[in-house]
Amino acid sequence: MTVMTILQAVTAALDQELKRDKAVLVMGEDVGRNGGVFRATDGLWKKYGGKRVVDTPLCESGIVATAIGMAVVGLKPVCEIQFSGFIYDAFEHLASHAARVRHRSMGAFSCPLVVRSPYGGGIRALEHHSESMESIYVHTPGLKVVIPSTPYDAKGLLAAAIRDPDPVVFLEPKRIYRSVKQEVPDDDFVLPLGKAKVVQSGSQVTVVSYGATMKTVREAVIGLDVSCELIDLRTLWPLDEATLLDSVRKTGRCVVVHEAARTLGMGAEVVAVINEKAIYDLESPVVRVTGYDTPIPYYQLENNYIPSKERIKDAVNRVLKG
Amino acid sequence: MKKTIKQFKVEYVQVLDEKGKVDSKLDPKLSVSELKALYKKMHLIRQYDRKGLALQRTGKTGTYVQYTGQEAGEVALTHCLKKGDWFFPGYRETGALIALGVPISKLLLYWAGDERGMNLHSDVRVFPIAIPVGSQTPHCTGAGWALKLQGKKNAAIVTFGDGATSRGDFHSGLNFAGVYSTNSVFFCQNNQFAISTARARQTMAETIAQKGIAYGVDSVQVDGNDILGLVSVIGSALKKARAGKGPTLIEAFTYRMCDHTTSDDAKKYRDPKDLKVWAVRDPLLRFQKYLKGRKLWSESWEKKLESEHAVLIDQEVKKWEEIGKPPIDQIFAHVFAESIPQFDEQLEDAKRFLK
Repeated sequence: MTVMTILQAVTAALDQELKRDKAVLVMGEDVGRNGGVFRATDGLWKKYGGKRVVDTPLCESGIVATAIGMAVVGLKPVCEIQFSGFIYDAFEHLASHAARVRHRSMGAFSCPLVVRSPYGGGIRALEHHSESMESIYVHTPGLKVVIPSTPYDAKGLLAAAIRDPDPVVFLEPKRIYRSVKQEVPDDDFVLPLGKAKVVQSGSQVTVVSYGATMKTVREAVIGLDVSCELIDLRTLWPLDEATLLDSVRKTGRCVVVHEAARTLGMGAEVVAVINEKAIYDLESPVVRVTGYDTPIPYYQLENNYIPSKERIKDAVNRVLKG
Repeated sequence: MKKTIKQFKVEYVQVLDEKGKVDSKLDPKLSVSELKALYKKMHLIRQYDRKGLALQRTGKTGTYVQYTGQEAGEVALTHCLKKGDWFFPGYRETGALIALGVPISKLLLYWAGDERGMNLHSDVRVFPIAIPVGSQTPHCTGAGWALKLQGKKNAAIVTFGDGATSRGDFHSGLNFAGVYSTNSVFFCQNNQFAISTARARQTMAETIAQKGIAYGVDSVQVDGNDILGLVSVIGSALKKARAGKGPTLIEAFTYRMCDHTTSDDAKKYRDPKDLKVWAVRDPLLRFQKYLKGRKLWSESWEKKLESEHAVLIDQEVKKWEEIGKPPIDQIFAHVFAESIPQFDEQLEDAKRFLK
């Protein structure tokens, strides 16, 4: 066991998979000699060489599109997109090709690649460095979408994403890259995709979140005189409905928290699933605590946009009264 | 100070001219059986193209993309591919796929809206047809890159049109290919049109070939209606790629004698005089003249090919018609390697409304 940050856990997972499988390669802008702008690939270029830890030309679509060609031929590319706000250039290849190769060929070909990218606000960055656009990938049939919130999950889920036979978008909560530390096994391990985690058991309110806001949720419920059950979705697609519904049927109350914009966000899907399958178990309407339906503001106001502990506490109290 | 720091030249290759005369210095010297096989394939795919159109016109298939006029490039590239090579086709490549040996019945599945038509297994790995124009270009780069990293003596080839060279994917595909010296061949069928937009309005560059030079990629223009020139140029490019000696951009200068698709009417934008000019340059006609000169072609062989191909095409159409509509669960099949609970539920729903 080693105590590590989420960032170090990402590096550990990449190291583990590069070591385990010769078909795995890491590619992206500045991931080689420089070790990535957040240092997520630190040391890997030295260890594995420039053919497996590849500094690419500056072109997001080129990175993902060439990775598709590699993946169908038998390699397992792990692409880094420096900031998720720059993925749009590559989106056509993710949505029109990576996500559809298996279905379009009725299983003759597959596209086992991973696109890693830091997402979310709260680091006082320039415009386009703070987006939470996870819903667009969830809404793209054929992609799996994973967002860890702890170092342990980051290592186990990234390893699983790399071994998965289908394309996975792996979004990393950069706000808490270095602020959450945890013991992580040094050994080779994977965690299943498509499984949410009950982080804390409780009986009165289910609070659902994922990624960076999961940390805020954990902190918000400390000292609250309410028994909260906390669910970390971990994989946004395929969504683990069973864990979610079991909890909501028990507590009868639910708050869902994310920093992505509200409309058609993951919260909307959570509410819809509860509505279709557990509405009669509800004691009060589900409440969403989310980013607003605006571009995320520049850093002066970003903390007014990203769900705060106060907004989460307020929501928990509201569902209890409702 | 001012000085010229870089100049470039673009080579044009023509082996077989419009009169069917061969440039003996450049002749790839194919065997008699190869020559006859090439002609036979060109003949088959031209004949099939008429059938493909007819099947759409009679409502039996959906939109169909013809390729008449471009048979030389289609057949030449398939002739040059070897076991273990990869091919990334665009949508105007039904002819190439037939020439590669993909059953017509399978391609009919595709054009009639059934994903089973793109479940392509063969010695040459054929990637499913890409519909977004030119988006397959960087996939070929990645495949050629992977083959190189895997140490395989194989290459990847991609086809696209002149319109595709205006898109970012052409740029990223060639740029990455240059940087990593991938085992890739980029085959542009410059057929002078992107739907209605003429080649002159795609780019101010005088040739498509010269665009490769900016990426450090060897580039050449070839007469796109000259089967021998094409076999020669594509053959060497693939050979070079297989040897790990880097990518090539080939511009085949040809002409789309048909509409863009069955939803298009080229009469609205095409000067009919151009059709006459290009009819003289027809790829089958000139190859026929050449073969006739070598006593490898005769009226009776032509007639024999026609009836053989008619039988083959009819058999394939019949085979396709017998396959029938895809099963409902095909909607959910192969989205992921392993299905997900949501699909079970959604399939149940779809089944409730089956008639």
